[in-house]
Amino acid sequence: MSLRRPAKEQPETFEFNSSSLEAANAIVSKYPKGKQQSAVMALLYIAQKQNDNWIPLVAMKYIAKFLDMPYIKVYEVATFYTMYNLSPVGNFFVQVCTTTPCMIRGANKLVEACKEKISENESELSNDKSCSWMEVECLGACVNAPMMQINDDYYEDLDKEKTLEILEKILNGETPKPGSYRGRVSNQPENNRKTLMDLKNA
Amino acid sequence: MLKDKDRIFQNLYNDLGSDVSSSQKRGDWVNTKDLTDKGRDWIINEMKTSQLRGRGGAGFPTGLKWSFAPKEVGSRPHYLVINGDESEPGTCKDRDILRFEPHKLIEGCLIASYAVQAHVCYIYIRGEYFVDGQKLQAAIDEAYEKKLIGKNAAGTGWDLDIYIHYGAGAYICGEETALLESIEGKKGQPRLKPPFPALIGLYGCPTIINNVETIAVVPTILRRGGEWFASLGREKNTGTKIFCISGNVNNPCNVEEEMNIPLKELIEVHAGGVIGGWDNLQAVIPGGSSMPLIPKEKCETLTMDFDSLMAEKSGLGTAGIVVINKDQDIIKCMARIARFYKHESCGQCTPCREGSGWMWRMLERMAKGEATKDEVDMLGDVTNQIAGHTICAFGEGSSWPVQGLLRHFKKEIEERNNLDLIVEKKNTIPYLVDQHLLDKKNA
Repeated sequence: MSLRRPAKEQPETFEFNSSSLEAANAIVSKYPKGKQQSAVMALLYIAQKQNDNWIPLVAMKYIAKFLDMPYIKVYEVATFYTMYNLSPVGNFFVQVCTTTPCMIRGANKLVEACKEKISENESELSNDKSCSWMEVECLGACVNAPMMQINDDYYEDLDKEKTLEILEKILNGETPKPGSYRGRVSNQPENNRKTLMDLKNA
Repeated sequence: MLKDKDRIFQNLYNDLGSDVSSSQKRGDWVNTKDLTDKGRDWIINEMKTSQLRGRGGAGFPTGLKWSFAPKEVGSRPHYLVINGDESEPGTCKDRDILRFEPHKLIEGCLIASYAVQAHVCYIYIRGEYFVDGQKLQAAIDEAYEKKLIGKNAAGTGWDLDIYIHYGAGAYICGEETALLESIEGKKGQPRLKPPFPALIGLYGCPTIINNVETIAVVPTILRRGGEWFASLGREKNTGTKIFCISGNVNNPCNVEEEMNIPLKELIEVHAGGVIGGWDNLQAVIPGGSSMPLIPKEKCETLTMDFDSLMAEKSGLGTAGIVVINKDQDIIKCMARIARFYKHESCGQCTPCREGSGWMWRMLERMAKGEATKDEVDMLGDVTNQIAGHTICAFGEGSSWPVQGLLRHFKKEIEERNNLDLIVEKKNTIPYLVDQHLLDKKNA
C-alpha cells in the first residue's frame, strides 16, 4: 500500500464551476437512481481538474454533500486511489513508469532527466512551481517502454535526450506532442512487420 | 504463422481507421440482428463450441460464465461489466482494442448483453487510459447516433446503454469484485466469493464480468462460427490471442497470433529477436508479471497456451511477454515486481499487505547481496504464507513471481548472499521474518 497524506495548507472553500457542474450532473445520470455514490470517482477527478491538478479536503466535503454520502467515504476513496493528488503537483504532472518492463529498457534514465530538470526528489515542485514528477507503477504501455505520462497524455519510446527535450518544453509552459518519440503510430513492430501486410500496403 | 484472414483484429495497427463506416467494411455491425435472432441459447452454445476462455488472465470458459446468469430476469436487473482495468505489468492489449477496434468491443457488448439479458453495460477503464477512453467514448457516441446502441439497438429489439467508468490508478480493481466495489463508488477491495457476481454482483444484482478482449472477439466468433474458432490452436486452448512482447527485444510489439504458438517464434519472428541474440536470453515472464518466469532452456520449446504453461508451473495470464536478457540483473527485476505488488496491495488481508512488503525488502537486500544464508528459504516460506491465504488472487499474483525466481535462480541468489546467520535458527521457536530489522539499521 502506498502512503498518502493530504497537503498541510488547504484552501477554505471549493465549489464546482458551471462546466464542472454540468459534467458532474451528466455523470450522476449514468447510474441508477439512489446509486449516485458511484459517481464519486469521476467527481473527484473533475474537482482535481478544476483545482490545478489536486484535490483539497474542502472539495471532498463538497462532493460528499453533492452526492449525499458521508465525508469519510469520499475521503476513503480519495486516499485509496493513487491518481488523486492530495497536494499540489503543478500544472504539468510527470509520471515516469519504472516497473520492470520499463526498468529493463532504461526507465532510470528518465528518472535522471526528471531529477536534473524538475527537482531532486520526486513529488517535489520545481522552482517555478509549474511541475513535479514521480515514479509510478505500470502505466500499461509496455511495448512502448520506456515511457511517461504528463497530465493525460502518454509519451512513449523515450530515452534520456528526448525526455530532456520534453521536460524543457513543459518548463517553458508548452505542451509537447504526445505519443511515440520514435515515430510509431501503433504497437506494430518498428520494422520487419510480418502480419496484416495487405492492409499496410493497401 | 496464422493466416491474415484468420486474424480477428484487422485494425490492430490502425491501418484502416476506427470509425463506424471503416469498421463496417471489415465486417463489424453487419447483420447483428441475424445473430441475436438465433436466440440466447444458440449464442451461448456457439460460445461453448468455440471453447473461448477469458482473456483477462484466469482463462475461465466464457460460454459457461454466461450460462450462469439467471435464465429469467427477476426483480433485480442484470448488468454486463467489461473489465478494461489493464494494469498487469507487461500487458497493453486492451488499450489497442479501445483505441483502434472500439466497434468490435461495442458490438460484442450488445451481443453479450442480449445473451445475459442486461440492458446496461459499464465499461471500466483504468484512469491512466483517459485519452484512449475518450476514443472509445467517441465510438460509443457514434454508435448511439447511428442507432447501433440505445433503444432497439441495431434493430435487434434489445435496448442497451453503455457507460464508461474510469478507474483511478488501482491495480487491484482489475479483480472482478474489487472492480464492482469501485463502480459502486467505494475503495477497490475485493469481496468474498461466494456469492459469485453472476448472482449477486453490481448493486447486488446479477452481473457478468468479462475482459475487453474476450468481448471484442465475440461478434467474429458468432459470424464465422464456434467451429472455426475451435479449429485454431488446440483443444481447450483455442482461437487467437493478442500477445504483447516487451522488454529486451529488438522490436517490441503487439501481435495477434494463434494460441499454442511457440514462444521462440513470437520472439524471433514478430519481435525481431532478443537484444544480443537468442543466446543472450536469460528468462521470460510469459503472461504478465504475476506469472512465474521461465528460464532460457525451457523457452526453446515452449508453446504459448493456458495448459502448456500450466505444465511448466507458470501461466498464460494476459499473454504479456516480458523478455529479460543477460544484461539484466534478474534478482533486481523481480525485486521491482515485488515493489509493484507492495505498492498495489489493497491492504484488506494481512498476509498480502504485510507479506508483499517483506518480499520486496528481502529481495532488495538479496539483489545487493546483503541477505544471510537462511533468508532464501525464509523468502520461500513467506510466499507460501501469502498464496492461498487471501480473499482474492492477488496473494498468488504477488508470490508466484518470487516463487518462480526461487525455483529457477536459487543458485544465483545463494551465491550472492552468503552472509552468516544473524540469529541461529531454533526449530522449536517459529522465526521472526523481520528479525533482521532489530539487528541491523535500515536493513
